[in-house]
Formats: sequence, structure tokens, C-alpha cells
Amino acid sequence: MVDSAAPLPGQKPAAEPAATKTTTPPPVEKIGVLRWLKENLFSSPFNTVLTIITLFLLADWIPSFFQWGVIDAVWYTTDHNVCRAADGACWAVVAEKHRPMLFGVYPYEEHWRLVVALIVYMITIILTLTPRFWNLKILVPLWIVGGGTVALMLWGGLFGLTYVDSSQWGGLPLTMVLFTGTVVIGFPISILFALGRRSHLPAIKAICVTLIESMRGVPLITILFVAVNVFPLFLPEGMEIDKLFRVIVGMAIFFACYQAEVIRGGLQAIPRGQYEAAEALGLGYWQHTVKIIMPQALRICLPGIVNHIIAALKNTSFVLIIGLFDILTATTAVMQDPLWRRFFVEAYLFVAVVYFIFCYALSKYSQKVEGWLSEGRRF
Amino acid sequence: MSETVLANTAAVEPVIQLTDVNKWYGDFQALRDINLNVDRGERVVVCGPSGSGKSTMIRCINRLEEHQRGTIVVDGIELTDNLKNIEAIRSEVGMVFQSFNLFPHLRVIDNLTLAPMWVRKMPKKDAEQLAMQYLERVQIPEQAYKYPGQLSGGQQQRVAIARALCMQPKIMLFDEPTSALDPEMIKEVLDVMVELAESGMTMIVVTHEMGFAKTVADKMVFMDDAEIVEVATPEVFFENPENDRTKLFLSQILTH
Repeated sequence: MVDSAAPLPGQKPAAEPAATKTTTPPPVEKIGVLRWLKENLFSSPFNTVLTIITLFLLADWIPSFFQWGVIDAVWYTTDHNVCRAADGACWAVVAEKHRPMLFGVYPYEEHWRLVVALIVYMITIILTLTPRFWNLKILVPLWIVGGGTVALMLWGGLFGLTYVDSSQWGGLPLTMVLFTGTVVIGFPISILFALGRRSHLPAIKAICVTLIESMRGVPLITILFVAVNVFPLFLPEGMEIDKLFRVIVGMAIFFACYQAEVIRGGLQAIPRGQYEAAEALGLGYWQHTVKIIMPQALRICLPGIVNHIIAALKNTSFVLIIGLFDILTATTAVMQDPLWRRFFVEAYLFVAVVYFIFCYALSKYSQKVEGWLSEGRRF
Repeated sequence: MSETVLANTAAVEPVIQLTDVNKWYGDFQALRDINLNVDRGERVVVCGPSGSGKSTMIRCINRLEEHQRGTIVVDGIELTDNLKNIEAIRSEVGMVFQSFNLFPHLRVIDNLTLAPMWVRKMPKKDAEQLAMQYLERVQIPEQAYKYPGQLSGGQQQRVAIARALCMQPKIMLFDEPTSALDPEMIKEVLDVMVELAESGMTMIVVTHEMGFAKTVADKMVFMDDAEIVEVATPEVFFENPENDRTKLFLSQILTH
């Protein structure tokens, strides 16, 4: 998108009309802190009351949280008794337990592989989301190398690395695998479902409507149970599909059914004239869908799409009920330790921060994308 | 291109033949027994009160609307449910809409090169060269790298004409191309259309611009209540119309 905005070689960029008239700036307002305060915090009696109540509560809470979380806190110790003696937070629990929290039941001495996997994963994702690299000649090798490295690190079994079964994966890497798998598999399916639901072919439409409505009608937990416990019953004897993979596919289809409805909303917002213009030019169904309709529809419903992607990240914690240890479940398990269990608040706050970082990054990124997509355009 | 079109003008076979075409929306009859032949290089202007079926008729010619009875033959190909035929006809027939229908997410140049690259499989370089050529013809090459939303209505409609021309169609259909424009922009679009007519393009234009009709039309078609009421040369049509409904319509639109 950004690439194609550059003028072609040998072509002059569109000339900007030179400003011939001197323009007068808008009248200078009294800008300042007081003005801002008056407009935003004390604009009416009701707002003034709200502001005063809020300030009062903040004045009450912030110092006590600061006292607990910073001044009285124990930052580092390996002795739980130090924490018990202190009045404040015990952040030492994070240092003490971070490895089982972040990496679950993965073999302890192989944890370095997960660190490598997470780093490679983050680099791959960040490069993929950077417009400068939006070129299949870069992205395809990147995904092969990045995905290959992550898979090799997680599974092992090659180059002298011990094999670790996917049932032993846990913690943050498991959360990332579940989330990425859900979105990467689920998103293309959601586009097909959205198109299928608007199809003129009755059979395709019926299949898509039935699937979407039935999947939306059951809780995610049910789908996970079916994927783990019921689905294997239908497989021919001796055939086995990896449990983690079944879970990911189940979550991906669930994700796709919700996402499909968001995308359908975007499709319905495209004026009839866009289809007619594309058809009149002789573009076939897939050509006008890929080139004309989808780019506009996805832009319209981008906030809704990101909404569901963030929900998908947090839904990964549902795997708790089928015996997989994602970061949240792993933390719960670790906090069973009788010596440290009273400091579960600090441990969960740490996990909350991890979730928040990822979710906040996603929403910030989506705002950036919206900015890119509206560049040079008003419509 | 104009030479080839002119050379073909001699061909006897009409390039568009509508025979007993009928269409209904539910119980409402939108077209009734439409018969119309258009020769190569001929400029046909269709007028009539709103709701008379003008747009429906020209939209049937490239199958944006489906006719239910009768036959439509375009450039020797009959319009049926056969998708191949429909696509073949659409790539020969350019269309310009009342509301422009440019693709807002693509720059002007990409609006123009899209169909040549994807439908005609033209290399990108050639398509861009062609696009610039047509942008020059509609006199806005300097807008090539802007988005449609940054252009005025008149400029957008000229881009839409250039976009249709980039497919190098044999026939151009115009569906009220100036009705959505501010008055001061109507002329720039009509100028482009007059120039196109002079180059020998086969055109069917639905419009209320009677000045334009007098200048370029070879044949005037007046429609009312889903049927063609009168077909005549512009001289006869404006000076000496036969049908009472035509007279009434002309008296209504020419009083100002």
C-alpha cells in the first residue's frame, strides 16, 4: 500500500497547486492549562462534581497502592519468610517462579529453547507487520525460517535437541502458539465464510449460515471439549491427530465464525456501484472480490476485526479446562506451592501485565493501520 | 483505434441488436417489447421521463440487469446465462455511471490499469502507458497519482470515462453521466464525450443534456412507460416529433 503510493520512475509526481494567496491563520485562542481544565474537567456542575469525586478517590488510592507496591514491597529474595514479614507486595514471587509461570511444564533444562523461540517469534511478527517488508519475496522466506525455527525449538528432535511432545508445551510459548494458530488459520476461513454467507449459490450459503449460527450458538468450552474428547471417536482406528492441533483448529473455527460476521458487516457497507463498476469492466468474481471489494470491506471493519483478534488472544486461557498449561493456567498451578501461595495477587498482576502489553500493542498497531489506510483519502 | 472503428462503420450488421426485450421487477414491467439496432460508430441518445426504463435498457446491454424475454446480441455474441459470453461482452462494452463508481481505495492510475492488467493480462508497464495516454485524452494526466476522493466531481467522471476507455471497448454506454455533477462541471465532461463521439466511438448515452444530443446524436430514442415511443434523427425529433408523449416531454424540458 505504502509502496504503491510512490510515483513511478520516469513519471512526475502529481503537482501540488502552489499557494498563491496568503492565508490568515485561525484566530488565536487563549490556549493554556486553565482553559483546558475548564473545558474538560469543570465544564458543568455535574462534571465538576465528578472531577472532585475522582480526584478524592485517586488521592486515597494512589498513595496506598504506592506504599504497598513500591515502598513496602520486597523486590528480591529467595526466602518466602522475608515476604511474609513485609507489609508490602512480594514481587520476589515473580523472580522466584517466573520460569514455571512463563514456560509451564516444559523440561526445565530446555527452557533456553523457548526463549529463542519467543525471540524469533516476536521478530517474525514485528517484521511481518512492518509495511516496508510487505513483499512476498521477503515475507515467504521470513515465515519459512521464522516458523521453522520456532517449530524446531519447541519440538526439537533434530540436531541433537531432545524431542518434547506438544502435550508438554506450556506457558507463554503455548499461549503464542494457540493465538497465532487461531488467527492464521481462522482469518482466511472467516473471509470465506463471510463471502459464502452472501453467495448466490444456495448450497454454499446454507452451509455457511448453518456453520456460523451453530458455532456461535455454543460456548467455546464446548467446542474445546468436542475437539479434545469427542472428535477422536470419529477418527478411524489407529489414526491420531495431535491434541494441540485439534484444539487450535477448534478455536480457529470458533474465531472464524465470529470474525465472518464482522467482515460481512464490512461487505454490506460497500455500495452496489462498486460491484457494478467492477463487473462492467469485465472483472470476474474473484478478481473483483480480491482487488475491489475486500480491501474496502476490511478497512471499514478493521476496528471490529482487531476487537476479535484481541478476544482470541484472551480466549487462549480457556485451554485450562482441557489440561493445557497456557501462561494463566501455569501461573495458577505454580501458585499451589504452599510456601508462596499467599502472594498470588502479585503473580497474577504480572500475568495481567503480560496480557496487557500484547493487547495494547495490538490495538495501537490497528490504529496505525487505520491511519495508513486513510492516507490521502476522504470518503 | 479511431481509424479501425471508422473503417468498420461500413459493416452492415448492427453492433447492438435488441429484439423484443422484456423485463420485469416482480410484477412491475420495466421494459416492454424493446426493439433497437445500433450500427457501428453510431451515436444514440436515449431520453425520457425518470422511471421510463432508459437506464434499465442500457444496463441490460452489459448484463448488469438480466432481461427475461427477447434477445440481445452485442458484437455478434448473444447475451445468455453463459458466463463466458457475458465476460466477453463486458470487456467490449465500456460503461460510465451517474455516480462515477471509481474505486476509492486505489489511486487514479491504479483505477485505470486494474482491468487491462487483470482482464486483458496486459503487462503493468504497458497498462500504465495506456492509462496515461487516456488521462491525457481526458485532460487530467496531472491527477494520476491522487486518490479519487481528492478530485472534483467533473474530474472523477473524466477518470471514469478514461477507465472505461482503457479496456479499449468497441461500445461505450453512458448512464446519465452528468446528472450528479455541479453545473460548472457538466461542460468539461460533455466536452470529453463530444471529442469521443467525433473519434467515431459507438455510443449509447442516456442523458437530459439536449444541447449535447443535438450536437452528437445520430439517432434520438424517446422512452416512456417501459417502451420506446419514438426513434428519430435529432432534426426530426426536436423540430417535428410525431408522438404526443414526445411533444409533451420536450415541451417540459425545453421551456427553460
